[in-house]
Amino acid sequence: MQNRIESRQIIPIKRKFPVLFSVLIVVFILSILTALVNGPSSISLGDFFSFFLDGDSTNATAQTILWKIRLPRVILAAAVGATLSLGGMVFQALLRNPLAEPYILGISGGSAVGAISGILLGVSFFPGVTFLSFLGSMLTLGAVLLLSGGSSSTGKDSLLLGGVMMNAFCGALIMFLISVSQGSKMQQIIYWLMGDLSMSSSSNLPLLLLCLPCFVVILVLARPLNIILTGRDSAIAMGVNVRLISTILLVTTSMMVSLAVCQSGLIGFVGLLIPHLLRMVFGADHRLLGPGCILAGGSFLVLCDLLARTLPQHGEMPVGIITALTGAPLFIFLLWRSRR
Amino acid sequence: MNALDLRNNSLAYGNNKVVDSVSFSAGSGEFFMILGPNGAGKSSLLKLIAGIIKPQSGQIDILGKPKEKYSTRDLARVVALVAQQAPIDFPFTVVETVLMGRSPHLGLLGIESVKDYALAEEAMSFTGVAQFADRRLDQLSGGERQRVMIARAICQEPRIILLDEPTNALDPAHQLKIMDLMERFRQEKKTTVIMVSHDLNLAALYSDRLLLLKNGRVVVIGTPKEVFVPEFIEKSYGCEMLIEKSPVGDVPRVTLVPEKFKNTFKF
Repeated sequence: MQNRIESRQIIPIKRKFPVLFSVLIVVFILSILTALVNGPSSISLGDFFSFFLDGDSTNATAQTILWKIRLPRVILAAAVGATLSLGGMVFQALLRNPLAEPYILGISGGSAVGAISGILLGVSFFPGVTFLSFLGSMLTLGAVLLLSGGSSSTGKDSLLLGGVMMNAFCGALIMFLISVSQGSKMQQIIYWLMGDLSMSSSSNLPLLLLCLPCFVVILVLARPLNIILTGRDSAIAMGVNVRLISTILLVTTSMMVSLAVCQSGLIGFVGLLIPHLLRMVFGADHRLLGPGCILAGGSFLVLCDLLARTLPQHGEMPVGIITALTGAPLFIFLLWRSRR
Repeated sequence: MNALDLRNNSLAYGNNKVVDSVSFSAGSGEFFMILGPNGAGKSSLLKLIAGIIKPQSGQIDILGKPKEKYSTRDLARVVALVAQQAPIDFPFTVVETVLMGRSPHLGLLGIESVKDYALAEEAMSFTGVAQFADRRLDQLSGGERQRVMIARAICQEPRIILLDEPTNALDPAHQLKIMDLMERFRQEKKTTVIMVSHDLNLAALYSDRLLLLKNGRVVVIGTPKEVFVPEFIEKSYGCEMLIEKSPVGDVPRVTLVPEKFKNTFKF
C-alpha cells in the first residue's frame, strides 16, 4: 500500500498536462505550417524558412501572399476554431447537454439575421456586416437571458428552450430575407450561413484580440465549473458561488462566440466535435479540456480551411462544408469505438 | 463550545413552513442524526446548516461564531456536505473528485500540491476507494460512489460533516460500511457528524443523540433510548411500531408491524 501511494505521488492534472500539451502543441504548429505553405501558388517549406530566417526578399510576390494573405487567414481560422471549441465546451457543461453547441443560446439566429440584413443593405463586410451580426447575436442573447428570468443557474432548461425558440424564430426571418434577395447577394448569404473564412480581411483581425480575455476568464473558472458539475448543492457548500460563476461563464462565452461568428459566419460542428473528442481522451477535468479545446479547435479549423482553399479547382468552398464532412464521420467513428 | 447551535430557525416556501422554529445543538465529535417522515423538512434543515438556503428567521452558530460572519469559503473549510446523489453525467475520475475537496483551501487558480494529494490519498484509503482512484465515477456502484463523495468531504478537512441520507438505496453491507466509516471518522478526527436518515434502526444503533421532526417542527431531541418510545415515534410517523431492546447492545430496536400481523400480535 505504502509503495503504491509513493508511486502515485504525481498529481493527476500534472501527470496528464505534459503529454496532452506536447502532442497538441506539435499538432497545432504543424497545422499552421502546412496551411501557410499550401495554396493555389505553392511555396516550398524551404522558401518559407528562408523568408522567415534570412529575410530573403528575392521573391516578393510569394512573400506578399504568405504574409498578407495566408498568415491573416490562418490566424483567423485558428482563433475562430479555438473560440468555437471552447464555447462548445462551456455550453455543454453549463447546460449539461451533450448536444449543446456554441450557438445554442440564440447566437446563430441573431447573428445570421444581422449579417444577412447587412448583406442586403449592401454595406461593406467590415465594419458593416460584422457589426450588424454582432449586434444581432447580442440582442437575441439578451432576449434569451431575459426570458429565462436572467438567472443562469436555476433555469437551465428554460435557457435552452429560449435559445432554441429564438433560433427557430430567427430561422423564419432568415428564410424571409433569403426569399426577397437576389442572385449575387443570395450566394453571399448562403456562404455566410455555411461559414466562410474568405470574407474577412486582415484589417479586422484585431477584433479577435477581444477573445483573449474571454479565454482567460474561462480557463480561470474551469475549476469552479468542475465543482458545479458534481452537483449544485455540494458546490455551494464547497464555497462556489454557483449563480455568479454560471452567469459570468454564460455571458463571456456568448460574447466571445459572437465575436468569432461575426467574422466567420456559422461554421458548424467544430464546437460540438472538439470538446466531445477531447472528453473521450482526457476525461472531464475542464482545467485540461479548456487549453486542449483552444489548441485542438484551432488546429482542426486551420486544416479544414486549408482543404476549403485548395480542394476546389476554381475559387474556394465554404469551410463549414469541410468541417461537417470531416467532423461527422470522425465523431461517429469515435462514438462507435467508445461504445465497444 | 458546541460545534453547532441552531436557535429558532424557520423557513417557508410561500405559506408552506418546511422548517418551523427549530433549535438544537450538537457537540464536538457528536454523532447527531435527524429523522422524520417524508416532507418533514429534514433535508431543508441540512441545507440551512450548509448555507445553501438562508433561514427566514433564526440564528445558526458554527463553532461558536454566527454563520453570517463566515465567508462562503471559510464556511466550506469547516462544514462539508455529502449531498443525496452526485450527478455522473460528467464522469470525473475518483481521484479528481476527491481532490475537489481541497478547493476551499486553495487559491483561485489552485493546482493541488503534493500535500493536497496526500490528503486525498489518505481520505480515499480511509473510505476504501483508493484502489479505484483512476476509475470514472460512472463505472462505480452506488455504494462505492457514495464512499467517494464521503472521501471528498473528508478531504475538505471539516469540523462538521453533513450527510443527506447517505445509505439510501444501498444494500445492508454497504449501509453498514458507510455507518461504520462515519463512526470511525468521528472518533478519530473528533468531527461532528450530522446525518439525515430514514432508517430508524441505523439511527438507534449509531447516533449519540437524534432529532425527530414532523411538519418542520421538533417532536423530540434526545438519545436513542429517550426518542424511541411509542409516543414520539407514532406521533411523528403516524404508524404503529414495535420498540424493544436490541439484542446487540443497549440500544432500541424498531420493527414495523404489517397489517396482516396486527390481529395476531399484541402490543
